[in-house]
Amino acid sequence: MKKIEAIIKPFKLDDAKDGLAKMGVQGLTVSEVKGFGRQKGHTELYRGAEYVVDFLPKLKLEIVVPDEDAEKVVLALQEACHTGKIGDGKIFVIPVEDAVRIRTGEHGDAAISSS
Amino acid sequence: MLARPLTRTALSGAALLAASWIAPGDAHAEEEVFDEALFVANNVWMMLSAALVFIMNLGFAMVESGLTRAKNTTNILFKNTLIPCLGILTYFLVGFNLMYPGEFNGFFGFAGFGLSGGFAEGANTPSYASGGYTYWTDFLFQAMFAATAVTIVSGAVAERIKFSSFMVFATIFGAIVYPVAGSWKWGKGFLDAAGFYDFAGSTLVHSVGGWAALVGAIVLGARIGKYGKNGETHPMPGHSMPLATIGVFILWLGWFGFNGGSVLSANPALASFVLVTTCLSAAAGCVGAILAYSFVSSKPDLSMALNGILAGLVGITAGADVINPASAILVGLIAGAIVVGLVMLFDKLRVDDPVGAISVHLGCGVWGTLAVGLFSTNPAHSLATQAYGVVCYGAFTVLCAAILFVGIKATIGLRVSEEEELEGLDLGEHGMRAYDLTGSPGFMEEPATAMAGVALASRKLVATEN
Repeated sequence: MKKIEAIIKPFKLDDAKDGLAKMGVQGLTVSEVKGFGRQKGHTELYRGAEYVVDFLPKLKLEIVVPDEDAEKVVLALQEACHTGKIGDGKIFVIPVEDAVRIRTGEHGDAAISSS
Repeated sequence: MLARPLTRTALSGAALLAASWIAPGDAHAEEEVFDEALFVANNVWMMLSAALVFIMNLGFAMVESGLTRAKNTTNILFKNTLIPCLGILTYFLVGFNLMYPGEFNGFFGFAGFGLSGGFAEGANTPSYASGGYTYWTDFLFQAMFAATAVTIVSGAVAERIKFSSFMVFATIFGAIVYPVAGSWKWGKGFLDAAGFYDFAGSTLVHSVGGWAALVGAIVLGARIGKYGKNGETHPMPGHSMPLATIGVFILWLGWFGFNGGSVLSANPALASFVLVTTCLSAAAGCVGAILAYSFVSSKPDLSMALNGILAGLVGITAGADVINPASAILVGLIAGAIVVGLVMLFDKLRVDDPVGAISVHLGCGVWGTLAVGLFSTNPAHSLATQAYGVVCYGAFTVLCAAILFVGIKATIGLRVSEEEELEGLDLGEHGMRAYDLTGSPGFMEEPATAMAGVALASRKLVATEN
């Protein structure tokens, strides 16, 4: 199994979800996160004074899939979340040792598949 | 205009007596019925105006919480809740009779505690105030004004002042300083005799609150992190523009009573004229602020536009009944520009005013008072007399506010601890958050509590195993 962690622009969530749904992905976890990359922060203005927001809001998607699906899922995410501008985000692929479905106690691929 | 007429209209009193024995259909009796109807209509408008000024407390609460940070919202709301409550009580106790002592030396007079005047003969008949309103209406309307003056200070000292210390200040300031200063003009004191004019309180209410706000902000110092070592300003954006916007529109609505009621009757021509000048100036204030801010940034700032509306309202308040509509627009435009300039100037001077209260109420209060000297249709009004009034009120209020703030600082302390300020006054002063969207109090936001829960659970587990 692989865990795919994607840091994306918040407004790309729907595109990402639709892309993943087409792939048959069974579930994902979304968290609101903040951070910076090469883009750094950006400048905002309040009552005549500028200030720099160092950490920009992003969404983190976490999806665990069988090894053979990982590459397709990454591709789908990359396509869905791409705008071509700096700040589009990153996708990380991480090996997963095991998974357990709490309700049934199933392990491994069985825990993350629908059957 | 807000001054209570001291001279009773003897005529209408006599008519009242006459009506009791003149047969119906008689011309005198009809006139009496008309007088009574007029009295009722006037009094209804004045009670409605009192209610409109009352709801301005909600407006202030929304503006101030919207323009400050979420971690201090309960604290701001609490201050804005307690101020009108204490304000009405102290105005009952001493304020009303300090502000309207009757015949007095022009500087300080006191007609006794409480509202016994309301039971005097004729206190609730047309003879009390030329048929404009009753004694009770008079008290209520004026009490709402007193609360407003104190509320102004709350925004400027927000996010760092100790709750108890602020309430001590607010109580004394509202109970004594505001009414004594008010007596100088509206109580027929020495400034009234000098020909100074302030229709509804650009000076008596707004600049009095504004001067105190200025002193408070200086004595307290800026919020931690507001100004950098090299003189740069680090903005601390307000947490809710929707709240600030709601607040400004509630204040604008309240101003229909603040200025409209200051006619002191429902005089159709004058009251409607005042509402027109008030609204024109408010609208122009918004435009003026946006135009002025366009020299600062290409992106319009909503908080400045909102301050601009308030600036226009404060600016027209001194002369709403004597300034023509076209001039009212000019007063508003200039007030809007003043507020933008002052907000940025006070930041340069490192006077930290989170909501712009000093710029709005002091800056435009002074401007509005002087504007009477420039634009008044009444030739009796002069710029010099208006300036004289501004200086008198400034000197007295600054002195009183300085004594109060420095005194409180030296005794019970004025400012919360650094740790509390950083964590937020909501938890430090009240132990309560303004917002909890988690649905499970203490779990998501309070790691300490969550950990305590875990510790408790594991203790139970041990107990069961034993």
